[in-house]
Amino acid sequence: MYSQGLMGVEETPGGEQDLLDRFQARIDAGEKIEPNDEMPEAYRKTLIRQMSQHAHSEIVGVYPEANWVTRAPTLRRKLQAMAKIQDEFGHGLYIYSAAETLGVSREEMVGQLLSGKAKYSSVFNYPTLNWADLAVIGWLGDGAAIMNQIPLCRCSYGPYARAMVLVCKEESFHQRQGYEAMVALMNGSPEQKAMGQDAVNRWWWPIMMMFGPHDADSPNTETGVKWKIKNFTNDELRQKFIKATVPQAKLIGIEIPDPDLRFNEETGDWEHGEIDWDEFWSVVKGQGPCNHDRITARRKAHAEGAWVLEAAQAYAAKQAARNAA
Amino acid sequence: MGELQKNTRFEHLLRLADTNLILGHRMSEWIGKSPILEEELALTNIGLDLIGQARALYEHAVAVSGEEDNRDADDLVFLRDAPEYKNLLLVERENGDFAHTMVRQMFYSAFAVPVWEALTRSVDSEVAGIAGRAEKESLYHLRHASEWILRMGDGTEESHQRVQDAVDALWMYTGEMFDMDEVETAAFEAGHGVDLTAVRSEWEKTVREVLTAATLDYPEDCWMLKGGRTGKHTEHLGHLLSDMQFLQRAYPGQKW
Repeated sequence: MYSQGLMGVEETPGGEQDLLDRFQARIDAGEKIEPNDEMPEAYRKTLIRQMSQHAHSEIVGVYPEANWVTRAPTLRRKLQAMAKIQDEFGHGLYIYSAAETLGVSREEMVGQLLSGKAKYSSVFNYPTLNWADLAVIGWLGDGAAIMNQIPLCRCSYGPYARAMVLVCKEESFHQRQGYEAMVALMNGSPEQKAMGQDAVNRWWWPIMMMFGPHDADSPNTETGVKWKIKNFTNDELRQKFIKATVPQAKLIGIEIPDPDLRFNEETGDWEHGEIDWDEFWSVVKGQGPCNHDRITARRKAHAEGAWVLEAAQAYAAKQAARNAA
Repeated sequence: MGELQKNTRFEHLLRLADTNLILGHRMSEWIGKSPILEEELALTNIGLDLIGQARALYEHAVAVSGEEDNRDADDLVFLRDAPEYKNLLLVERENGDFAHTMVRQMFYSAFAVPVWEALTRSVDSEVAGIAGRAEKESLYHLRHASEWILRMGDGTEESHQRVQDAVDALWMYTGEMFDMDEVETAAFEAGHGVDLTAVRSEWEKTVREVLTAATLDYPEDCWMLKGGRTGKHTEHLGHLLSDMQFLQRAYPGQKW
């Protein structure tokens, strides 16, 4: 699904001024940076962090959905849920590969996820408690992801930008599919409508948080924008998301759980209630409702699959020896 | 070649559909638990193929049964209890470890390939069409599972032992695949079905090749359990259904 762009980036541009100037000139000219091009170390590190966080988020983001995939209520929804999850694993694989062009291995990145060193989008640390959660993750979760990712199709790093073109097409499809599933529920029985509203009530704020801290509290934004690895600020993207979502919610009778949400005629923007940043930071730091479960599930898959990979390696070594003989 | 009774035709389609659905569902249970990212994609893909095949067959079965039976494909999937399910026992067995899942898949796909191939010549053109696509998909599933069995069998001591254990444990569920009971015989004679005794020799050849290449022992003859096609299942199916059917059972009669 999506990564929390640039979280925890401390590096500022350093190193040779000449290199920085040459590099900035290329960026400003709208050129794409390719794997073998010269680049400031901070650019490389920032991208590795952003891309690996994004890839981890695609993988960990599967768990909230996997929680309901075996309980999908019709054949159509079952196939949809499985296909969506398959897309997400594909995105993860694709983005890990794109990140590898920066000189980091997938093993290393996965190791950082399993050790808890690397972050993934905090939104996946919330539980899926009813079937409508899958619809809401598609409609609002992927909807928020698209806001972030469409601009990334134009980001300065070539492999990431190209990966995002495919990812965005699929995410847009997931968003429409999620909304369509939501429409079905909101046209359904009182119990189904209650499921839909309950899911939005629980996911709205975590999804608002997906865009990251307010611009004033987000020191990474300036460098990111300058290097074209972040083309809009957190607050700009959050605003775009609210603008797109409010009419969709209204159309199907969903109430957004923010009593302070109102349209400001003068600015043309939506004003929203205060985001609980204490909650956000505690989830980021590992204290969300499902942080433990998500990482445990990931570690378990890794540990239980180790013997399979060992077998594949042993077989490959035997084959190599046979071919050499 | 006589006309196949409508209820026999329905039953024959249901058996095929149920087997593919249940195995496809088992694949969806692997999500997030696979040994490697590439395998997450592969297992989900196999599951999608199988459930896709099942859906086409259920929809056709519904059309065949006509007005006498007003159940749709989802009713067939979500509102039948275990005794009404007609899938093979092999596919309802729990996933176990990766070796169990791959051996189960290889055993089934080695059967499915010749079955679908024969069904491409079914007098029922709808089934022949489904079979054409399903045969290609099953060939891929067979290759995928066989490649892994090769690596596990000829990999480490641990992997060899695990995959041999899986072969031995699942062997007793393979016999019923080739059982020509009344429904299978009638379907075959009417040009709708397959001569499963002929499929047996091809299956044995495929399985023997895979196991031999993987340095695994081909099991000795043993007592074969049967009952899946007549609704006599193992303990594992009921739990699968209680999970899969939860929403339709808890909130009956709703549109999703």
